Amino acid sequence: MVGGVGVSALSALERRQQLASGPLARFERMLEIRLVEDRVQELFAQGLVHGTTHTSQGQEAVAVAIAAATRPGDVVACTYRGHGLALALGVRPEALLGEILGRQIGCMGGLGGSMHLSDPDVGLLPTMAIVGAGIPVAAGAGLAAKLRGADGVAVAVFGDGATNIGAFHEGLNLAAIWRLPVVFVCENNLYGEYSRIQLTTPVTDLSVRAQSYAMPAESVDGQLLDEVGAAVERAVRRARSGGGPSFVEAKTYRYAGHSRSDKAAYRPAGELEAWRARDPIALYAEQMRVDGVLGDVEALRAGVRARVEESALTALASPPASPEQMFAHVLASGAGTPVEG
Amino acid sequence: MNQAIAKAIADEMEADASVILMGEDVAVAEGPFKTSEGLLQRFGPERVRDTPISETGFLGAALGAAMCGLRPVVEIMFIEFLGVALDQLVTEAAMMHYLSGGRYRVPLVVRASVGAGLGFGCQHSQTLERWLVGTPGLKVAVASGARSAYALTRAAIRDDNPVVVLEPRALYGEREDFEPDDPLPELGSAEVRSEGEDVTIVALGQTVNAALRAAEAASCSAQVIDLRTLVPWDRATVLEAVRRTGRLALVEENQRSGGWGADIAAEVSERLFGVLRAPVLRITAPDVPVPFGAELEQRFVPSAAYIADQLGAWMQTGQVPAPWWAVSA
Repeated sequence: MVGGVGVSALSALERRQQLASGPLARFERMLEIRLVEDRVQELFAQGLVHGTTHTSQGQEAVAVAIAAATRPGDVVACTYRGHGLALALGVRPEALLGEILGRQIGCMGGLGGSMHLSDPDVGLLPTMAIVGAGIPVAAGAGLAAKLRGADGVAVAVFGDGATNIGAFHEGLNLAAIWRLPVVFVCENNLYGEYSRIQLTTPVTDLSVRAQSYAMPAESVDGQLLDEVGAAVERAVRRARSGGGPSFVEAKTYRYAGHSRSDKAAYRPAGELEAWRARDPIALYAEQMRVDGVLGDVEALRAGVRARVEESALTALASPPASPEQMFAHVLASGAGTPVEG
Repeated sequence: MNQAIAKAIADEMEADASVILMGEDVAVAEGPFKTSEGLLQRFGPERVRDTPISETGFLGAALGAAMCGLRPVVEIMFIEFLGVALDQLVTEAAMMHYLSGGRYRVPLVVRASVGAGLGFGCQHSQTLERWLVGTPGLKVAVASGARSAYALTRAAIRDDNPVVVLEPRALYGEREDFEPDDPLPELGSAEVRSEGEDVTIVALGQTVNAALRAAEAASCSAQVIDLRTLVPWDRATVLEAVRRTGRLALVEENQRSGGWGADIAAEVSERLFGVLRAPVLRITAPDVPVPFGAELEQRFVPSAAYIADQLGAWMQTGQVPAPWWAVSA
C-alpha cells in the first residue's frame, strides 16, 4: 500500500488493518502523524482554526505501537493529546483535520474539536479532556468485555501527569481487584502541562506505581516502536487470556509545548535537541534500513505529504457544523430540542 | 420504599442480562439502606458487585461498561459522595453520546440517597440536585415513595441515557401499596396527585407527601403535582395546570438559592404572566447547611403545617409571605 492508493480512499477500519501488513505501513503511519500534526500547527498559525490544540510530535511510536498491538474491536480510552493515537487507530486524516477545523467532515461532525475525537469502528471512545478521566472508564470497558464473555481488551492511554490524579489510582485498583482485561499505557513525556515531572512526582519510573496494585508493569523506551509494541503485546496477551491488567510506561517526549499557546520556555537548554536526536521515526527508519526493508524514504515522505495535503484541502472545503447538528445528539432517541411545551 | 427499589432492580435484572448493580456494600451487605436485598444471592457476584470506597473509580467504570454493552446501575450511598466523582457524571457520561455523534449510548443509572430528616448532619443530608439540573445529556428523577421509586427506577434502567434517580432517604422505611404491572411512566412526565381549582402545587421527593397533607388541610382547593422528573421537567403538565388555576406554589427541600423551583418559577412567569393571579410562591429551606438537632432539622425541611401556613397567607394577601426564617430573624 506504499505510495499507491490514497489513504483517504480507505475506511478507518481498513487503515487500522493496514498496520498489520508490516513495518513499512507502521513507518508510514508514524510519518503521517508527524506531518498531520505539523499541518495542524500550520492551520493554527494561518488563523484558520480557533481554540486550542495539543500535538504529539515525538510520541508517534507509542501511538502506532498501541494500534498495531490491539484489534479494532478492542476499546481505547485516550486523552486530549489524541491526534496521533486517533490516526494510528485508523481515523482518516481528513476526519481528524476536519474535526479540528470544526467542519462537518470531522469525525464528530465538527462539534468536538481537537480534544474530542471518536470512532467506534476502530474502538476509539470519545477522547476525554479531563486528565485521568479515561482510566476508570477503560476499566469499565474491560468489565463489559469480561461479563459479556468476549475476549476484548480495553486500553487506557494517558500521560505522566495523570498518575497523580485520583482517577488513576481508583481505576488501577478496580481493574486489579476485579482482574479486568485492561492495559494501562502511560506516555511519560516528562511534562504535566507546563511542569516538569520532578516538580510533581516523587518517582521517575512510573511503573513502580502499578506495583501497589499488584499489577505486572514495565518501563520501556517510548522512542522505539518495536520495544513499545512488544510490551503492549505482552500486556494485551495477558489481558485477553484472563491474566488481568498490566501497566506499560513508555518514556517519550513531546516536541511541542503543552498546547498551542505554550512555547515551552521552561525546558532546559538542549533537552529538545537531545530528544530530537532520538526521533522515533528516524530510529525506526534506521532499523528498517538495517533490516533491508526500507525503500526510498524521500519518495515515501513525498507520498504521505501529498496525501496529508489533499486531506487538509478536503477538510477545508467541508462546510462548518450546522445548528441542527448541535441539537441532534444531546440525548439518545432524538430528544434533543432545547425548549418545548 | 427500599424493598420497592430492590424489586425494581431485580425485575430489570431478570428481564435483561446486561443489567448489573455496583456500589459500596450493595452485594454482601445488601445495601446500607437495604435497597439491594436478595440481589447477590439471586444474580451472583458478577452482576452484583461490591466496590471499594472509590466513587470516581466505579462511576467511571460504570460509564465505560455502559458504552460497551452493559446497563449498569450504580449506587452512590449518599449524594454528597457524588462530589468526588462529579467529573465522571457531568463532564464525561453526560457528553459521551453527544461527543460520539450519537454512536455511543450511555444506559447508565446512578441512584443516590438524598435529603434531611434522619439526623445524619449537614454532610449527609443535602439533596444537591442543583449539581445536576443544568447538565444537558443527563436525566434526573426523584422518588416520592415506594410506588414512584419502583416505576422511576425501572424506567431509568430502560432508558438509553445516563439517568440519576434520587431517593429521599427518610422515605426508605415508608410503606405504600402499588401495582408493579402498571405501565412505566415516561421520564419527563409529572404526575397529578390530587385535583384542585385555586392553586397548583408542584412538589418533588419528600415534599410531595407534605404538600398533599397541606393541600388537604388548606382552606383553598389545591392541585398537587409530583414533578417526578426534574430533567427534563414536564412543562406541558405544569403550564397547563397553572393556566387553569392561575397560581403556582413550588415546594422544595433544597436551600432557596439555586433551587430547582427557580427555573420553573421563571419559565411560568415568562410564559403565563397574563394569567397568573398571584406571584409564584417558592417554599424552600433556608440558605444554611442542614442543622443536626432534631427540632431544627425538622424545621429545615418544609413541613405540611408550614406549607399550609404559607399557602394561606399567600392566598389571603395575594403577596408572597416572608419565609419562617425571615419572620423569626
